[in-house]
Amino acid sequence: MSTAGFNSQNGTGQGQAYANGPSQNPVALQQLPGVSYGMTHQPNYSPMQAKAPAPPGPGLYPSGPYQPVPPVSSYQPVPPVSSYQPVPPVSSYQPGPPLTSYPASPGQPLLTRPPMGGLPSHTPPQSASPSPGPRLPPAQATPPPPSVSSSSYYQNPQQPQPMAPSWQYNTAPPPMGPPASMSTPPRGPVANHVNPAVSSTAPPPPSSAVYTSAPPAHVSHSATQPPGPRMPPTSAHGYTQPGTVPPPMNPMAPHTYQPSRAPYGPPPTGPPPTMKATPPPTGPPMGNATPPPPKAVAQCGGVVNSTLSPTEPDCQEGDIECPGTVAGNGPQAPNSYNHVDNKMAGLPQPGPPGRHLGHYPSLPPGYQNTSTPHNTTSPMHPAMQAATQPYTQAPQPYQQPPGGPGPAQLSPSLAAMSLQSSTPEALRVVNLLQERNLLPPRPIPAPTPCLPQDLQKINCNPEVFRSTLTSIPQTQSLLNKAKMPLGLLLHPFKDLSQLPVVTSSTIVRCRSCRTYINPFVSFLDQRRWKCNLCYRVNDVPEEFMYNPVSRSYGEPHKRPEVQNATIEFIAPSEYMLRPPQPAVYLFVLDVSHNAVETGYLNVFCQSLLDNINALPGDSRTKVGFITFDSTIHFYNLQEGLSQPQMLIVSDIEDIFLPTPDSLLVNLNECKELVQDLLKSLPTLFEKTMETQSALGSALQAAFKLLSPTGGRMSVFQTQLPNLGVGALQSREDPNQRASAKDIQHLSPATDFYKKLALDCSGQQVAVDLFLLSSQYCDLASLGCISRYSAGSVYYYPSYHHQHNPAQVECFQKDLKRYITRKIGFEAVMRIRCTKGLSIHTFHGNFFVRSTDLLSLPNVNPDAGFAVQMSIEENLDDMQVVSFQAALLYTSSKGERRIRVHTLCLPVVNSLSDIFAGADVQAISGLLACMAVDRSVTASLSDARDAMTNAAIDSLTSYRQSVLTIQQPGLLAPACLRLFPLFILALLKQKSFRTGTSTRLDDRVFAMCQLKYQPLAYAMLMIHPSLYRIDDLTDEGALNISERTIPQPILLQLSVEKLSREAAFLMDAGTVMYLWIGRNCNPNFLSQVLGVPSYASVPDNLFMLPELDTAESQRTRAFIGWLRDQRPFFPSLRVIRDESQWKASFMQNMIEDRTESALSYYEFLLHLQQQISK
Amino acid sequence: MNLIWCKVLQLPIITLSDLECDYINARACCSKLNKWVIPEMVGQCLSTMLMLVSMHWFIFLLNLPVAVWNIYRYAKVPMGNMGVFDPTEIHNRGQLKSHMKEAMIKLGYHLLCFFIYLYSMILALIND
Repeated sequence: MSTAGFNSQNGTGQGQAYANGPSQNPVALQQLPGVSYGMTHQPNYSPMQAKAPAPPGPGLYPSGPYQPVPPVSSYQPVPPVSSYQPVPPVSSYQPGPPLTSYPASPGQPLLTRPPMGGLPSHTPPQSASPSPGPRLPPAQATPPPPSVSSSSYYQNPQQPQPMAPSWQYNTAPPPMGPPASMSTPPRGPVANHVNPAVSSTAPPPPSSAVYTSAPPAHVSHSATQPPGPRMPPTSAHGYTQPGTVPPPMNPMAPHTYQPSRAPYGPPPTGPPPTMKATPPPTGPPMGNATPPPPKAVAQCGGVVNSTLSPTEPDCQEGDIECPGTVAGNGPQAPNSYNHVDNKMAGLPQPGPPGRHLGHYPSLPPGYQNTSTPHNTTSPMHPAMQAATQPYTQAPQPYQQPPGGPGPAQLSPSLAAMSLQSSTPEALRVVNLLQERNLLPPRPIPAPTPCLPQDLQKINCNPEVFRSTLTSIPQTQSLLNKAKMPLGLLLHPFKDLSQLPVVTSSTIVRCRSCRTYINPFVSFLDQRRWKCNLCYRVNDVPEEFMYNPVSRSYGEPHKRPEVQNATIEFIAPSEYMLRPPQPAVYLFVLDVSHNAVETGYLNVFCQSLLDNINALPGDSRTKVGFITFDSTIHFYNLQEGLSQPQMLIVSDIEDIFLPTPDSLLVNLNECKELVQDLLKSLPTLFEKTMETQSALGSALQAAFKLLSPTGGRMSVFQTQLPNLGVGALQSREDPNQRASAKDIQHLSPATDFYKKLALDCSGQQVAVDLFLLSSQYCDLASLGCISRYSAGSVYYYPSYHHQHNPAQVECFQKDLKRYITRKIGFEAVMRIRCTKGLSIHTFHGNFFVRSTDLLSLPNVNPDAGFAVQMSIEENLDDMQVVSFQAALLYTSSKGERRIRVHTLCLPVVNSLSDIFAGADVQAISGLLACMAVDRSVTASLSDARDAMTNAAIDSLTSYRQSVLTIQQPGLLAPACLRLFPLFILALLKQKSFRTGTSTRLDDRVFAMCQLKYQPLAYAMLMIHPSLYRIDDLTDEGALNISERTIPQPILLQLSVEKLSREAAFLMDAGTVMYLWIGRNCNPNFLSQVLGVPSYASVPDNLFMLPELDTAESQRTRAFIGWLRDQRPFFPSLRVIRDESQWKASFMQNMIEDRTESALSYYEFLLHLQQQISK
Repeated sequence: MNLIWCKVLQLPIITLSDLECDYINARACCSKLNKWVIPEMVGQCLSTMLMLVSMHWFIFLLNLPVAVWNIYRYAKVPMGNMGVFDPTEIHNRGQLKSHMKEAMIKLGYHLLCFFIYLYSMILALIND
């Protein structure tokens, strides 16, 4: 069960595939090899991104409802198609499916219909609406919309409406309904196909057509649209299955499926009709449609972007790709693809929207018929429409060929198309000097490894486990040639909404390498399995033969362990060296004069009082408190005392515990005393005049107190420790901040904190450091205490309870999350990889105990890790390699658990395949970690050079080894097109920038964050997101738990994008800036900020007033949604031209030139110069 | 005397290979090795000085680079590190391998020295 949930997370696409699995699988598999490319990639995308989800949803939907579409077939013939063509915009997506459907329709119509009938029943929810009109056009028309959604897969991204649905099925559907207007009825069929187009607008209905077609054909196989296609197939084949199976989860898929579909179904129907109606006439076609295919193709690249932006919601990932594909391949490519596709049939559907677009153009040759339907939808995007046009043309030629094969073939071909296009897409040559708008409108999804679909659908979620190269080079020399770092980025303890948990007395592991059994092992027969890391053949224990999920015997390959790449085991006693420790929390608080001045004690005590019942733990939970200034104060909280008793130890040179037994007390038994203490603490030291801080001694005392049990130590420090052991001296010269040629003192001044951290690590104690200071605190030295004990560091520069309310809010929110978040004690994590690969460097907070074992006294859900790999032996005879991260920890309830993540990646032997699989975000994230190391061991300028060289080297390698045609300009494969931008962003990031005044602590903290934050958050710190938010609309909005979240598009970080008439939000991870233009729309000022004019915007505005207006609600919903996505609390700063924060806002405009740094264009020229040397 | 050197040099090799195979904890390994860094450096310098004083130019030149390397290695340890072998760094950036390589080279060097010394000693005895 849990397993199912998991899958869903990974990607709907996969889930769907699953459903199909049984009957269709064979086909899919076969095709996979070729197709796999496209397929995998696309599916991943959708799964990956939360936003993406929407697309999948649609797919699912459509299938059910659509099938009815049969009408489509009738339609198809109809001219409407042409009208539909406009749809193309949807394009990318739709085209693929639609095509298939079309072709299929002729032959399959019958088939589909039958299914259709069935489907309605299946789809229960949705079907209800559709079913009434079983056949047809009207009713069906509506259904189509659902199909649209499927098309939306790709399209969705582009088109706002679809998107929303995708995630939240329910919501999405509704939108669809409206569009449905119906026009469709007549063209119903066509419309269906169009649905893709629909995506753009109401057209959805057309999509239904598509669906239908798809179903009949292999659509289901094609997978690309896992949801959509499958649905159809299911309906056709085994209606029951589809319906039952939920798409999301692989295993569970069946079940989930229906539900989701149901929701969609209804909504879709509505919209589709409308869509059709309008589209056919002209709608989609509108001018755009007409444009000849070629143009469309050409435009795709450029146009897409532009169009996308308008459509905002739609765009997403798919969009990005689309442009590329279209532009790159041009019409010709498509043809070839088509053929291939046909062969491949199975895979493609999943492919990203972008690819589809590309295909479309190509399709034109043969597919015109199909294409027409698509067009219908298009109204939304002009560019899209253009694309569609090509389609239409193409379709016709194609059709003929398909005719022979039959519908089924068509769909395959479509799929194939998508696949191929996808492959080229990643490698499409981009001249960075000429293409300006490379930034996708939505956050970039992780690329999908080019694996067979059946493996890919169960592969680990990229948010949890991600590789810089999704295709592993066969040899180290090949890797060296590619000049890209090979590494893994992990977020192993991420909060997961669905996690299969297995309780078993024997955990099946490989007998030689101790790998946990996982989905990528092979079963030689029922009794033996072959380890995928060391290739040893192991026996399947008797117990493993029984499957608790299905309650069947003799199917070891159906066990949840073999169906889920992420799974958690409840460990038996062999996994314990000692009885599981209780949750133990010790708080070490600075109470010197400086600390009292900042007023943090009040906030801390209040937060802890409020959340004391939410501290993770059980009846054994213990807490303790230590305060310190120049002496150490302990608090005796033993049961029976009427009030807490303070014990002062002034001998800080030789620290001892006054009453070892009563300082850590059971929280449940002594809760009142603890609460008393928290209430009185802030007042206790109000008048203190002690200015010294003996942090080192306090840490030693705390370590002594915790060492018998282990646990978590939270240290709050507000100044440089200057007394006793571990005393530090200020090493920063503020006058040198901006001018210093090289930054000194990035490494620790003493090994005291490091040694203590290792002692702590050995006793299972983690130290979390909260640094609240306005002055230099030598974080480089202090940070070691957390870094090697697997703690976390929080830094609030210039914290003051009155002067800096933004920091106070931030501290409060962070503290709340910190206190209440999940925690794992006495943990270790081992990262295993297939024989031949080895780990050579680790990044993150932990102590590396042996070559692959990380010691994590505490593990928290907000910690990310990175490792660099090397290839020690050639991977000649391997198709795939696997990586497994196993985290063994004690939960706060005293259970010993093992969380296992397994990632499987293909092995390739050509440079072009390596480049095609490059994950630009992961590469940038890993390079940032490597650069931090380099700054500390060598120098900052060295690290900066190394990053620039990384970009130069990889692009040089690409130019010399992969490009066959040498052309002028700075050429990059499409998948690396953002690489120079991210490198430039890193060079201008707080950690690595030079020439700007940056406080040493700020810099060191930024470096800690780069190494410690999971990739998604680190990327925001590297390359902030910029949105225009004075014109938010509900178009394309997401719907999450009854809230509508507008989705503005990402803007480039350049002042050229700012306008005086607008307001912009910059999301830089830990902080958000709301920049108000001087002539900002007064409506926005009054409705959102609650001020009458620009001049009256207060200087210190840190939160938006809660006004009861639509604009205010949208803005707050959007900001709240951004905040909810991360574990820390980004503070908001409203800034005007004269604000003090304006400088920090402008520093994030990384594409612009600054006094000391190059602009993006100059940087590109610099790269080009170096490359052509 | 050279026998002692060979012994001393075997220690790092054994310990490092232990670490590589995961038999001992990085921390234990490093503290064990760090104990020997200073004695090794001092001993090497002393023998170099002895050769210089006794005017054995060839052997002095043979010893000099190793003595210089030992001093350099010790001097370049960053302030925050726990000696030449730092348990938090040793698994990173191939350090384990480079330490291993260094230990092997030194072992070869001291074996060579051992035979040279033996030869010189016999030669000296015969001449006497």
